[in-house]
Amino acid sequence: MSAEAHGAVFHAPRAHQFDTAEQQKDASTLGMWLFLVTEIMFFSGLFCCYLVYRWFYPEAFAAASHHLDVALGGFNTAVLICSSLTMVLAVNASQAGKRRALVAFLILTILLGGVFLGVKAVEWHHKYVDHHIPGPSFHFEGPNARQAQLFFSLYFVMTGLHALHMVIGIGLLTVLTVQARRGKFTPTYNTPVDMCGLYWHFVDLIWIFLFPLLYLIDRHTK
Amino acid sequence: MITAPVTVPEREHYLNASYGLKSWLLTKDHKRIALLYLATITFFFFLGGLFAVMIRLELLTPQGDMVQSETYNKLFTMHGVNMVFFFLLPAIPATLGNFLVPLMIGARDLAFPKLNLASWYIFTIGGLFTLYALLSGGVDTGWTFYTPYSTTYSNSFVIATALGIFIAGFSSILTGLNFIVTIHRMRAPGLTWFRLPLFIWSHYAASLIMVLGTPVIAVTIVLLAAERAFHIGIFDPAIGGDPVLFQHLFWFYSHPAVYIMILPAMAVISELVAASARKRVYGYEFVAYASVAIAVFGFLVWGHHMFVSGQSVYAGLVFSVLSYLVAVPSAVKVFNWTATLHKGSIALETPMLYTFGFIGLFTIGGMTGLFVAALGLDVHVHDTYFVVAHFHYIMVGGTIMAYLGGLHFWWPKITGRMYPEILAKLSALVVFIGFNLTFFPQFILGYLGMPRRYHAYPDEFQVLNVMSTAGASILAVGYLLPMCYFIWSLRYGKIAPDNPWGAVGLEWQTLSPPPVENFDEIPIVTHEAYDYVSLPNGSVTPKKEANVR
Ligand code: HEM
Ligand SMILES: [Cu+2]
Repeated sequence: MSAEAHGAVFHAPRAHQFDTAEQQKDASTLGMWLFLVTEIMFFSGLFCCYLVYRWFYPEAFAAASHHLDVALGGFNTAVLICSSLTMVLAVNASQAGKRRALVAFLILTILLGGVFLGVKAVEWHHKYVDHHIPGPSFHFEGPNARQAQLFFSLYFVMTGLHALHMVIGIGLLTVLTVQARRGKFTPTYNTPVDMCGLYWHFVDLIWIFLFPLLYLIDRHTK
Repeated sequence: MITAPVTVPEREHYLNASYGLKSWLLTKDHKRIALLYLATITFFFFLGGLFAVMIRLELLTPQGDMVQSETYNKLFTMHGVNMVFFFLLPAIPATLGNFLVPLMIGARDLAFPKLNLASWYIFTIGGLFTLYALLSGGVDTGWTFYTPYSTTYSNSFVIATALGIFIAGFSSILTGLNFIVTIHRMRAPGLTWFRLPLFIWSHYAASLIMVLGTPVIAVTIVLLAAERAFHIGIFDPAIGGDPVLFQHLFWFYSHPAVYIMILPAMAVISELVAASARKRVYGYEFVAYASVAIAVFGFLVWGHHMFVSGQSVYAGLVFSVLSYLVAVPSAVKVFNWTATLHKGSIALETPMLYTFGFIGLFTIGGMTGLFVAALGLDVHVHDTYFVVAHFHYIMVGGTIMAYLGGLHFWWPKITGRMYPEILAKLSALVVFIGFNLTFFPQFILGYLGMPRRYHAYPDEFQVLNVMSTAGASILAVGYLLPMCYFIWSLRYGKIAPDNPWGAVGLEWQTLSPPPVENFDEIPIVTHEAYDYVSLPNGSVTPKKEANVR
């Protein structure tokens, strides 16, 4: 933080309000973590609704969750975990200054994200075909049809907002890929890659909670 | 620094460094962004004020003569929405906070200047959405948007309004995030946590709430809009949804949000008290910790808005006790400010008048908060004018008093001009009288049983209502006056010296108005905040000649 740093040569673009590149990186990292905290609070509201209604209507929720496709959900979980791996490898490549590897891993991550969204769209389409979209056309066989609609409302809101985060993530990674190809990132300056990595892992993590809550709980009954 | 000359030699500062609309709309300077915010929220303040005028006019007579109940519902809703979300929440943090946080910690800017500008745009877009809703027919749900009325029955522009609030919420999140990172990472050399001005501590605590609470209201609004647009049933009792769940989510944010409004006001008051008494704030550490305690406890008391909403008695008891607890740190602050003033050499300039106003009115507001936090008493006064008076004593009597006091105190730093002292003192008095005449009768009205949110009332309540309306017109004059003379002072005010109050904060060690990068040389801090004993003329750097009053 000292003023002597002024004369030094930086490899990284440093904004005027910072004394050192290190201070700048520290600030970005803290900012990103705080942003993720706000995201956690955002999803917490949804998890809270889910818990309340699951507790109110356990049978309806168990019956409704049977209509979700565990195989597709499980596959998607695996896809996302792999995408987290490729993201880590991308961050690693940027730190090592391997431009081609960085670009390759970023593209791989984007592709895996795309696969996830594709599978998700197929699942949503199944729900549409089965009349499981909440609203006037909703139809559900069983004793707790009305409360089951609540389950599907939550399912769509939660997976929908998660998918929205994926779309944003893919957008960010696309920008990164273009920048990486132009050689913007060096071993001394790769903060954006790092930050997008944090975001991507966070979005994965949300799914790691969504999957058991929506697909797995109480499957053994019935 | 030499004392202010009569004619200023043209020196570059943040206001004259560049000219033109573009240089303002694309600025990344926190000081200019603060002024952009100032203009925007002033607009919303007067818009909200316009609705208040109409409400008070309608309540002049017992009959509903000026507007019908439908219109009246829209008036109080749009008054509340404007004032809470588009004026009070950003009022102090986005203007004074934005301007002062970097200056007070000896930084060149906030950590993320672009994000700061973005947050102003986001805020403005949110405001425009709400303005659109308002122009095309308005909303009538109350600022609380309770379900199922807001989702099923209301025929007004609920989604557009709620979307505006949703969008503006992100500006609040970004401001909070920016402050927290800045305070953690950008402090000048030597500026340890316990040398920070209390202004910074309070803003830090308020930022925590912005960052942790606002996302919850955001997701609640998403659910509300989905429910209203697609009838997905989350809050719809017809398919097993729970409307009270909405209230829980809403108040989980909106109670802490009242601390987003009051903590920055406390921030201002701590500075004004210390500078006017020329003393260290008594029990500095306690005041600092009290800010954080308020932020933490504030998250645990939301249920006190729902004593009669059908939550269990047990929950009511717990929320009641916790609400008493949250009053403790607030009281600590009031006691410590008073103790600071005790035997201080108090200068009775305008900022200090507002400070006295704040301390008195906030105390009344806080004490009546304890009344309504008592389970038994709240059953009687819930949804009456007593509650209306309670929160206006805190939000208007507290926050707006502090906001005005702060504006006067830092006006010389912000603009390089002095405001006219005598006129300012006079309007502080007008505000104080007008405020009390407006809102004190409402305590009595509420206690006697006049419910809130009705446009007509029994004859026996008329006298008190007339008093209230009369007070409101005085209050309006009190608010218009500063606006006029502040604008006047931009051109005709006396040139302000760098440190007109002889205060020790870092913001007073730089020029008025500050240069673009705030300091010609980043200061090195060797003293704790408010060290008036070793720095009697308010100059941190002894070799420079200070401007003493
Ligand atoms: C000293 C601590 C405080 C306590 C114990 C307290 C307690 C309460 C209680 C119990 C209510 C609900 C009354 C009812 O509806 O029956 C209430 C309402 C309210 N309070 Fe406070 N309060 C405190 C501080 C504040 C502060 C600092 C603010 C604002 C800056 C504030 C703003 C409000 C508002 C806006 C409402 C009305 C909400 C509505 O529209 O229904 N309160 N307060
Ligand atoms: Cu409250």
